[in-house]
Amino acid sequence: MELGKHSALELADLIRRRQISVTEAVKDTLDQIDRQEKEIHAYLYIDKKNALARAKQVEKKIAAGDMKGPLAGVPVAVKDNICMKGGKTTCASKILENFVAPYNAHVIDRLEQAGMVILGKTNMDEFAMGSTTETSAYGVTRNPWNTGRVPGGSSGGSCAAVAAGEAFLALGSDTGGSIRQPSAFCGVTGLKPTYGTVSRYGLVAYASSLDQIGPIGKNTADCAAFLEVLSGHDEKDSTSVKREDLDFSSALGKEVRGMRIGVPKEFIGQGLQPAVRQAFMDAMKAFSGMGASVEFLSLKTVDYMIPAYYLIASAEASSNLERFDGVKYGRRAADCAGLHDMYRKTRTEGFGPEVKRRIMLGSFVLSSGYYEAYYLKALKTRALIRQDFDRAFADFDVLLAPAAPFTAPEIGSSLRDPLAMYLGDIHTVAANLCGLPALSLPCGRDESGLPIGLQIIGDCFQEKKILRAASAFEACRGAFSMAWEKEAD
Amino acid sequence: MKQYETVIGLEVHVELATRTKIFCGCSTAFGGEPNTHTCPVCAGLPGSLPVLNKKVVEFALAAGLAAHCEIHRLTKFDRKNYFYPDNPQNYQISQLYVPICHDGWLEIETGAGKKKIRIHEMHMEEDAGKLIHDEWEDCSLVDYNRSGVPLIEIVSEPDMRSAEEVIAYLEKLRYTLQYLGVSDCKLQEGSMRADVNLSVREAGSRELGTRTEMKNLNSFKAISRAIEGERRRQIELLEAEKPVQQETRRWDDNKEYSYAMRSKEDAKDYRYFPDPDLPPVEISEDWIRDIRSRQPELRDEKMPRYQAEYRLSAYEAGILTDSRHLAGLFEETAKACKSPKKAANWFLGEVLRLQKEDGLDPEQVCFLPEYLAALIQSLDDGKISAQNAKLVFEKVFRENIEPLAYIEEHGLKIVEDSGALEAAVREALAANPGPFSELKGGKEKVYGFFVGQVMQRMKGKANPAGVRQMLEKIVKES
Amino acid sequence: MTHIIDDEILDNVCTLAQLNLSPKEREGAKAEMQKMLDFVEKLEELDTEGVEPMSHVFPLRNVFREDEVRNGDRREEMLANAPKKKDGQFQVPKTVE
Ligand SMILES: [Mg+2]
Ligand SMILES: [Zn+2]
Repeated sequence: MELGKHSALELADLIRRRQISVTEAVKDTLDQIDRQEKEIHAYLYIDKKNALARAKQVEKKIAAGDMKGPLAGVPVAVKDNICMKGGKTTCASKILENFVAPYNAHVIDRLEQAGMVILGKTNMDEFAMGSTTETSAYGVTRNPWNTGRVPGGSSGGSCAAVAAGEAFLALGSDTGGSIRQPSAFCGVTGLKPTYGTVSRYGLVAYASSLDQIGPIGKNTADCAAFLEVLSGHDEKDSTSVKREDLDFSSALGKEVRGMRIGVPKEFIGQGLQPAVRQAFMDAMKAFSGMGASVEFLSLKTVDYMIPAYYLIASAEASSNLERFDGVKYGRRAADCAGLHDMYRKTRTEGFGPEVKRRIMLGSFVLSSGYYEAYYLKALKTRALIRQDFDRAFADFDVLLAPAAPFTAPEIGSSLRDPLAMYLGDIHTVAANLCGLPALSLPCGRDESGLPIGLQIIGDCFQEKKILRAASAFEACRGAFSMAWEKEAD
Repeated sequence: MKQYETVIGLEVHVELATRTKIFCGCSTAFGGEPNTHTCPVCAGLPGSLPVLNKKVVEFALAAGLAAHCEIHRLTKFDRKNYFYPDNPQNYQISQLYVPICHDGWLEIETGAGKKKIRIHEMHMEEDAGKLIHDEWEDCSLVDYNRSGVPLIEIVSEPDMRSAEEVIAYLEKLRYTLQYLGVSDCKLQEGSMRADVNLSVREAGSRELGTRTEMKNLNSFKAISRAIEGERRRQIELLEAEKPVQQETRRWDDNKEYSYAMRSKEDAKDYRYFPDPDLPPVEISEDWIRDIRSRQPELRDEKMPRYQAEYRLSAYEAGILTDSRHLAGLFEETAKACKSPKKAANWFLGEVLRLQKEDGLDPEQVCFLPEYLAALIQSLDDGKISAQNAKLVFEKVFRENIEPLAYIEEHGLKIVEDSGALEAAVREALAANPGPFSELKGGKEKVYGFFVGQVMQRMKGKANPAGVRQMLEKIVKES
Repeated sequence: MTHIIDDEILDNVCTLAQLNLSPKEREGAKAEMQKMLDFVEKLEELDTEGVEPMSHVFPLRNVFREDEVRNGDRREEMLANAPKKKDGQFQVPKTVE
């Protein structure tokens, strides 16, 4: 593994300067996959043949000057809840075990136009419901830093792939922290953009008002460049926003002197793992040291974020997942006594326990007699949370928070108590409830060497402020090695 | 037996006449091979997303404004969740909490006079696919061509008391929506469907009885029979002191009886909630003004105007305005020939006759009004006989030929040359000596016979009045 | 206002969600739902009087498509994944009225 030390932008630069061919880059990454996949299991499918054919094609286009994007030729991994024409899209669920999408998600078209080379589809929590990638119907993904640990979730496969050098960039989706938390656990950088910035067309919906696709990479610059590829208005997604300020990379490399940075004190209360707290405090100091003003603030609604999130997400999920019924695609149970028996058997066999749990909760909170007490109450709470953030962003450019209260847990330890697992999303769900952009980047390691993530949250459409702060912090922090380099440092 | 009053409210689903479906760019054309008008959106594929067809909102607004509705300035879509294979997502995108139109009315007229039927609301929603039963394998087959076809559902208040009022209301709706161009409202083809909510109560009672909902009504006759049948069934229950169950029933028009539609599996709890994939629609004052300004003259305005302006009877005006399309052709013809009364006669006579003879819908009639106008003018000017005019019109109606050129080409023009006419008259008289002598004897009736004879000899190219004049002249001379 | 998840509610939820639970799973499901509802009950502390429910993140309005036919015949693609199909249609167990 030689190329792995480079970032995606550096690799693309080497390709442009003909120091290396796209085929070599893809082969090198496939080799890395071969060496590690058995242990990590970041991917659900890898299409070597297709990737190599595509590499040749891109190579020609680059040589002909038809493909000049800054990420042309870069090998990329795609989370398995994003539809890719002609390939399997299972959402890591048995119910979609044979589903081959007849169309491309909008972001897949974007990747291809940018000349990126898709290696395969990554593992995830089933239908993105989970925080550990253990709810996948196709086996757990292991954290490249310590294979006894989870990679986080739900985009655990994508984050593990980048951390293990099995991809230079990866697509994730974030409904309640599903990009940021596994990025923290795997020591990579992940960005959840402002809601509506990246088209959801072709993303298999978990909770439509919260879902957002985003980039996962080795550093801030890669994420910014990748987001430039992904973002932009799409007329196929009615919630897609028309915005002009998509030159995200322009925010990099600027100093943070004078930036107003807020730290919600409720986010660093009890429950934080000491190493996480320490790394976070160090990060705060680093920002002060760079001339930013760092101040505490109070978000009064913190205690209500997880309840509101789980009610809204489950309600939307219960409806979004109704289409998986054995009629049009995916699995259909055998030996059914009539239509409704088929529905029930198919869904009972096809969905895993966590998905069923959320579908049942969601069906209940929307049902007659409970709608107002639960679902509507959650929507109103959401509005109050949004007001809380509006007040915060009147005073601050960005907010700092841990990406997760702890580092990667041991495999098998989280699912025993779902509610405890949900509580681990305390730092991330607010960005989804309010549509805010937020980024997680490595800010340290705990006593056992596991990465710790720092989260930077911005107001809607303020990705550039986040990226400015993140790139400054990155420069100050110094290189953060990837998992396979861990012995080296 | 006690006296009972029937209380009826309707839920009418109307298919909108858009080119594409409500949330995707698939065609709404009728009659395609199964599933050939489908895409990831209307086939409910994972990851697909709906995008609203603007025309659907405009049609719903036009319908609501014509029915005197209030408009919700911020209207939203909700999901109605239920598992059934005709619905690929297992939720229907509809409107529950903030429907686009509410609180309107339509006026109906029956033997008992005029009455306002209040409209509770009108909302936009998507149609479901079609399920057919496959006898061979004892299974069902699903076709999603109709899935996502735009509908408006029009919910009335329980203001109707008889089948007659129900039919009058449906007719009123049909005329209104057809005139607006919003729907073709064909009951048989399913582009208009009515569910009947019916309850009975003792006459004079102010409380409503328990109602049932009847589905599967696809003609005015079936609706009338279903109302009568269900009314009788409920009264019999009440007389026997048995309760009426609130339920959905399916009308079997052959057996003339309604059957309860049972489904243990269906909890009938639709769990409506705002669709997160669809932003709300904001309807501005300008938009409403624009829709209003584009509203055509409706039948209720057209009928009295025809009577006053064209001196037509109510009956004639009714026939002429039965279809907005035909009324439009009529008005253009009347304008072009400057003789509305004559144009009306042509429509009431020949146009309707040919339409029926050819088995056409009024909308399929498509001759150029100027052509008919020119023909009427020729007839007026004595350039063509009435008989030939009818023949030429058949050509105009069926082939849209230019009538004046056709008349010229086929020598159908009335011969002005009195020499030819005189020769024909003399020939006819000579060939029929018997009747000729009767004529000379003063038997006026025989003139008709000779006019016919002469016309035949002239191949219709003579003007009957001229023929008579010539006959009188020659008889007098002889 | 604690809602108790009893057997009746659980049965109703299973019907709405179209899921079966084994007798063993039932008890677990009841307990889990109960725990979750007890937890979210915290929201009751919040005064949300007069607050507009936030179903969408942004006040986007009037996102429309023009009424133009864009899609051709994609039947083969739409049916490609069907577990059972016949004569260009999705085949399902007999639907009863
Ligand atoms: Mg409806
Ligand atoms: Zn479609």
